[in-house]
Amino acid sequence: MSLIRIQNLARRYVMGTETVHALRGVSVQIERGEYLAIMGPSGSGKSTLMNLLGCLDTPSEGSYELNGKDVARMSDNELADIRNREIGFVFQSFNLLARADALHNVELPLIYAGVPPKERRERARQTLVNVGLGDRMHHRPNELSGGQRQRVAIARALVNSPSIILADEPTGNLDSKTGVEILSLFEELSRRGNTIIVVTHEEEVALHARRVIRIRDGLIAADETNPHPRAVVASVSAP
Amino acid sequence: MNSRTMTPWRELVEMVRMAANAVKTNILRSSLTILGVFVGVFSIIAVMTGIRVLQQNLEDAMNGLGANTFQFQRFSAISFDAADWEKYRRRKPFRIVDLSQLERRVTLAQAVSASANFGSGEASSRYAQTNPNIPGNGMTPEAFTTQNFTLGEGRGFSTADDDSGRLVCVLGFDLAAKLFPRGSPLSESVKFQGISYKVVGVLAQRGALFGQSRDNFIAIPLGTARRLYGENLSVQLQVQAPNRDTYAEMVEQARGVMRTMRQVPPGDDDDFEIVSNESAVKQFRSLTSAIRLGVAAISSIALIAAGIGIMNIMLVSVTERTREIGIRRAIGARKRSVMMQFIAEAVLLSEVGGALGVVGGILFGNLISFVVKAPPVIPWDWVGIGLAICSAVGIVFGTYPAWKAAHLDPIDSLRYE
Repeated sequence: MSLIRIQNLARRYVMGTETVHALRGVSVQIERGEYLAIMGPSGSGKSTLMNLLGCLDTPSEGSYELNGKDVARMSDNELADIRNREIGFVFQSFNLLARADALHNVELPLIYAGVPPKERRERARQTLVNVGLGDRMHHRPNELSGGQRQRVAIARALVNSPSIILADEPTGNLDSKTGVEILSLFEELSRRGNTIIVVTHEEEVALHARRVIRIRDGLIAADETNPHPRAVVASVSAP
Repeated sequence: MNSRTMTPWRELVEMVRMAANAVKTNILRSSLTILGVFVGVFSIIAVMTGIRVLQQNLEDAMNGLGANTFQFQRFSAISFDAADWEKYRRRKPFRIVDLSQLERRVTLAQAVSASANFGSGEASSRYAQTNPNIPGNGMTPEAFTTQNFTLGEGRGFSTADDDSGRLVCVLGFDLAAKLFPRGSPLSESVKFQGISYKVVGVLAQRGALFGQSRDNFIAIPLGTARRLYGENLSVQLQVQAPNRDTYAEMVEQARGVMRTMRQVPPGDDDDFEIVSNESAVKQFRSLTSAIRLGVAAISSIALIAAGIGIMNIMLVSVTERTREIGIRRAIGARKRSVMMQFIAEAVLLSEVGGALGVVGGILFGNLISFVVKAPPVIPWDWVGIGLAICSAVGIVFGTYPAWKAAHLDPIDSLRYE
């Protein structure tokens, strides 16, 4: 069974008197353990697709099955729970809580999952160690570099062992060297069996994925496998 | 995969913890918001504590009359109304002759007594001298029982003292201590308003009421007062029932007798007051209820203003933290969790102000206990009411901002700059 099965997914927005067709009927299947890039210029509908995949939004038409569950018609509460358990978000601008230290930021999804304080602290600590931030637990985001912030965000995405890591331009706010470090972290996560979906408009970033879906004008323009994904030379789990 | 969800209790604990963090982060803003609630709660608690101190003092001190006893008097026990005062003043005073009529006609009474204040003056002994502000009381022998006087040493007045108008006196505790700093005053001589009396007794200490000593007076037999100051002295009359059961019946009988004696037409109001320990306390309560009501109204307005302050600051906070709300929603916070977090924040602000107001109000209200020399009180009921009101204020004024926060669109909030 596919992890994600999308059929004829469409999303329309009504803006004043005009209806915008952001997505016009997209069908995709994504298997467990895939490393996938969604590419497209701005206005292509890739952000809309990402919001739908991340259960932040519901489609106007079509079906979306995640792990065999139909999420297209779920209630707001059910969607919140799905986001909590099945999806780990990584954003371009990191989106960490400025007033909380790294550890607390990573703990956050576990709070909403109802994990008791002691256990969630331990799990958050372990996840931070895994992304190479064992010595930065009690630093606040403004005391961390961009790369370190994105690692905290990745740890937060990972901590609840989700089915998908959904990254939206994860290297967009980083210099190229740090960007490469983050991509190498994704490769490592992919090797360990995580499903990763990266939304990007950078060819460089997409080349690291094993499958690339190109979106144009709300439709899939191309869905190609990348037989030789670019490997990052840098050491993988070094902090 | 994690199949657990939050229990309501854990959710509450977590949201309160988050709220506390937010309150701490914006310490200046939080303090100013808290100040509003503080003022409202402080004023209500301070006044209620003050009134409670006075009431406690009154109840403790309301032993001015003996058990099952009431007193006829022209004036009401407590009155702040000048118009009433005028009405009381125009009433016919009670005279000594009324006493024998009462004795004869109120058959249910166990004892009937009279006392009269014949003016203040200077008292002196061979050791010391007072200011000319010592009240002089004429008392029949029975008045010791009906007015609940306990003798510290010596004796009260005998019928013979009263009948023949002997020049004897009984001193209040404080007066005795002042005039006779060393040794017993018994058989000593005290000069009051130029007349010398022999001290036969000293009363036990009775304490202060509303800060005024009730032990600073001199008592002489009423017969003596009549002889020296004339038959027209205005008196107060006390009537005592043998027990609780007959008391009410006796009051009615005595009231009827008194109306006949004073020729009150049927259907008219009494032209006298019937005062007992209980009625005085009751009267105090009804008088202070107006004050209480006024303070409650003013405090409510203050608390509503404070609530609006909380709402305002919460709305600002929601806007400022739009991004945070988006993040929380994206990683799996339900609307209800976000809503609870912000309501908890509003309630916390309100409760911190409330708790400070309660503490401050109790301390301030108890200042009056130093003035009236009474033990301090903690009005637990008002502590509870005050804190409950604070919770209500937090919930009422926090709900709209919290609702707004919970219903923000997660996608837009994540992009909010």
